[in-house]
Formats: sequence, C-alpha cells, structure tokens
Amino acid sequence: MKAKVIVMPKRSILDPQGVAVRDAMRHHGLPGAQSARVGKMIELEVDGATEAQLHEIARDLLSNPVVEDYELVVEK
Amino acid sequence: MKAAVIRFPGSNCDQDCHLVLKEFGFATDFVWHKEDSVAGYDLIVLPGGFSYGDYLRCGAIARFSPVMKSVIEQAKRGVLVMGICNGFQILCESGLLPGALIRNRDLHFICEHVRLRVENTSNPFLSAAQVGQVLNVPIAHGEGSYTADAATLASLNAEGRVLVRYCDVKGKTGDATNPNGALENIAGICNTTRNVFGLMPHPERACDAHLGSTDGRVFFQSILATLGNAQAA
Repeated sequence: MKAKVIVMPKRSILDPQGVAVRDAMRHHGLPGAQSARVGKMIELEVDGATEAQLHEIARDLLSNPVVEDYELVVEK
Repeated sequence: MKAAVIRFPGSNCDQDCHLVLKEFGFATDFVWHKEDSVAGYDLIVLPGGFSYGDYLRCGAIARFSPVMKSVIEQAKRGVLVMGICNGFQILCESGLLPGALIRNRDLHFICEHVRLRVENTSNPFLSAAQVGQVLNVPIAHGEGSYTADAATLASLNAEGRVLVRYCDVKGKTGDATNPNGALENIAGICNTTRNVFGLMPHPERACDAHLGSTDGRVFFQSILATLGNAQAA
C-alpha cells in the first residue's frame, strides 16, 4: 500500500518558517503575499497494514499532535 | 548515588553531564540507547545534542529508542529524570512532560548565556535555590520555543510546575528577555509528581568558573540534597 502523510503546523501555532517564506515572497516581487505555512510530506510504502495502523503511525510518530495536524492520503 | 547518562546517536553533551555528575560524587554510567533497562539508578539524565540528527522532529525518533521504555517505567516509579535541551525535547515527545518545543521565534540557532529566574523550589531539582533567584546559564538550541495549549499552561502555572523562566539580570521577564519566543518565557517545567524535569538551558555547562558561570551547580546540589535526604529517611 502507498500512502502520503501531510503534516502541517496547527493554525494556532506561530510558524516562523512560514512567516520568513511569506516575507521573502514579498521581497521577491509579490507584495500581496498574505501567508505561507511550511509543513512536510512523507511518502510511505507499507505491506500488510490497515488504514487504522497508518493513522496511528501518522499521529504517534510522523506528527506531534500538540503542535501539528496531519492528513493521511491512501493510494488505493 | 548512581546516575545514568543516556546516550543516543547524536547526543553531544553526554561527556559534560558525566563529568559534572562525577564531580558531584555520583557513580555515573553512560547507558546506550539500545539497552533495554536503565533500572537501579537514582538519577537519569537525558543530555543535549541532536539525537538521530533531529530527523522528523527534535526528539521524535529518540523517543522510540529501546531504552526509553525503561526510562518511562523508572520515571513512573519516582526515579529522578532530568532532560536537558534535546533531552527536554525527548521528554515532551515521549509524553513524560506536556507541551512541545518548536522552532525559535527568530529562526536562529541561539548559543549564549541567558538569565533564568527560579520560580519554584518545592521540587528535587531546585530545592537548594531561592524563589526569585537569578541564574546565569547558557542556552544552545534552534528549537527551544516552549508551547502548550491553554489548559496545559494553566495547570503548569497553578501547580507551580514552571521551575525556571527566561528573565533579565534583575529577574524581570517579558518579550525583551525571551530568547526564543517561549510561551510566558518558560525555560523549564516538571511533571505532576515533580520527579521529571526538562529545561532548554544547560546547567552542566555552568558548573566551572572557567566556563563563565557556576550558577548551574545549584541544580546538582539540589538533586544531591534531595537524594541524600531520601536515603537518610
């Protein structure tokens, strides 16, 4: 099974990397840049796992629920 | 007294911790992260560094090291556990301490001496200090901005579990004296049973006058006094 896990900082948490990227966009000729947020995407290839197990991995290892949200996209 | 310094691949303050603990009279062992057991110690130190290259998140992978199961068991039994810098991050990732450490507000890696205000002395790690005492201790981190949700923050404050905050030389806290953007200038916290302590600053680097400060000694003096009293009782 192939899956992607997209991990993003929670909206309530200040994302200083996103702020730096947004500012760089403005300096690069996009004065209308409103916001940028930096997360990460993890591609997985797993044999013999259930979707529930992938959710568990995404929640307990790949993201930190205190500061991040994740989205699991399973490629059927 | 017996102390263990856990070594992860990428730990780099393990020698400093070992040196200081030995100087304070602890029979100190290094314990490799692949060991299954860290039983039989009075104090377990998770040192600073970049365990597993800080891959994924700081402390995220170290948390799954075989030894951490035993660290968690020992912590639940009441053994003193101290996480310094990367060690603090590992304690948060493993759930022994609440909240998380995120990227510094200004994105820089900060390596400098800061001032810490002692907030609470009813704990094994600062019992020899005075509330309000200002300590000169260095920090060295890129991801040390403490954050937690509102309910966690409220309980940390209500239960006196914030043990040190970043401040100025007079003990005043605020944005100007907050090196990394930590919530309410929080530099170190303990768990509800007060035997697990994590902090971003490095007390082990402030134990020798040659290094510019000896203010870190009070942490180890406190631990020794606490353990000594427990043994006498």
